Amino acid sequence: MIELSDVHKAFGDNHVLRGVDLRVESGTSMVIIGGSGTGKSVALKCILGLVHPDSGIITLDGRDVTKGDRDAFLARFGMLFQGGALFDSLSVWQNVAFRLLRGSLKRPRDEAREIAVEKLRRVGLKPEQADLFPAELSGGMQKRVGLARAICADPEIIFFDEPTTGLDPIMSGVINDLVREIVTEMGATAMTITHDMTSVRAIADNVAMLHDGVIQWTGPVSGMDQSGDPYLDQFIHGRADGPIEAVR
Amino acid sequence: MKLAFTLLAAVGRHVLAGLAMIGRVALFAAETVSHLMRPPFYAREFGHALVQIGWLSLPVVGLTALFTGGALALQIYAGGSRFNAETVVPSIVAIGLTRELGPVLGGLMVAARVASSIAAEIGTMKVTEQIDALTTLSTNPMKYLTLPRVLAATLAVPLLVGVGDVIGIMGGFLVGVGRLEFGAATYLHNTLDFLEAWDVISGLVKGAAFGFIVALMGCYYGMHSGRGAQGVGRATKSAVVASSVLILAANYILTEVFFSA
Repeated sequence: MIELSDVHKAFGDNHVLRGVDLRVESGTSMVIIGGSGTGKSVALKCILGLVHPDSGIITLDGRDVTKGDRDAFLARFGMLFQGGALFDSLSVWQNVAFRLLRGSLKRPRDEAREIAVEKLRRVGLKPEQADLFPAELSGGMQKRVGLARAICADPEIIFFDEPTTGLDPIMSGVINDLVREIVTEMGATAMTITHDMTSVRAIADNVAMLHDGVIQWTGPVSGMDQSGDPYLDQFIHGRADGPIEAVR
Repeated sequence: MKLAFTLLAAVGRHVLAGLAMIGRVALFAAETVSHLMRPPFYAREFGHALVQIGWLSLPVVGLTALFTGGALALQIYAGGSRFNAETVVPSIVAIGLTRELGPVLGGLMVAARVASSIAAEIGTMKVTEQIDALTTLSTNPMKYLTLPRVLAATLAVPLLVGVGDVIGIMGGFLVGVGRLEFGAATYLHNTLDFLEAWDVISGLVKGAAFGFIVALMGCYYGMHSGRGAQGVGRATKSAVVASSVLILAANYILTEVFFSA
């Protein structure tokens, strides 16, 4: 279980997180929604230790994430980045098998390649695409490679940062389905950040809305439409009028 | 009075910012070196950096040395003829190149080629979240990106300087024999007679220091790159400017040390 308690983070005068409290149960899929620049990515990065919170506590299974063996902690995670964040100088399979080619999870090169090809197949890519370089792939294919890399070492927890941004609706649907299937079959805990409501309904067990630096509403995805929360209502219906100020 | 305080405050701000910057770079350098003592070591990355920084810089360093050696021979001849000292051309070319011009010009050329490319590469990795991705994949970016490049440059630049010395002396030889009517044997004899081992070694030591500076600045500015194309562009420019200025400053300090020794 991941738990954030009163997490604050500011960049200069910009107070992005102003006391975030959130609980993600093991084996569930939590989607964090919210407008652009509301700190969704910062919250995820705080959990991973990529950004250090100014105050507050983040725990994983009851243990403070800032303490203990960092490698062992990170080995439990996989992450799909918004832009893929694939390494340009490495081929597709080397990107996917990155973790298996070095460090504590190191495997023989042939075995690592075999696992990478299998993971690529799982996300709908062909073995012959394993030797291409990221620059030779379309945006949708890069997302799939990023997804294959995120799941390659069979992590317990997977983070998805805007998995469908920049993709056409059909490819978005494919990625959403893949994310849902993979999370279900691996039994992993998933945290996704997005402002794509189709993704939310396809991926989420639970939803949390981040606004003004705090979790404005949280609950099961089935309760989202009847929440009665004016912020959430405005967001999920994409209305310009409401408590969330829209810059025109 | 108010104007004086405003000016003083502005000077103070810049001095503090400068000192903070020196502190950050020093900590970055210390962290880089500390990774040398702690496994893992990414040999593949090191080998790749060695080729990129050393082997692929050879043409530009070689050409720079060749033309510098030739020009130096002409200038020393022109100056020496005023004192009837034309015969010192071979030895001054050799000493000037090995002690000073070889390492400094070689270092500056490597700074232009390597610091910029390292800063642009790492800066782009930063803005496209590849550095964050490395961390989530349990790989320390300092260990994976910075250490191999800094180590490769520290080892490769002295080698480049050594090769540059030979090519530069060859440039002086070609001009001396072809244009200034020195005998080939006399030219080589004068070169070797007055050249001491320390002349070469001090230049190689400078080369190692300059290589360290170049790669360190490239990595530092890349890792601290701002967002977008403008951020990467600024990081690249800063890396080249900082490494060039630091090379010249370090050259003076090292020369002073060698001179006093």
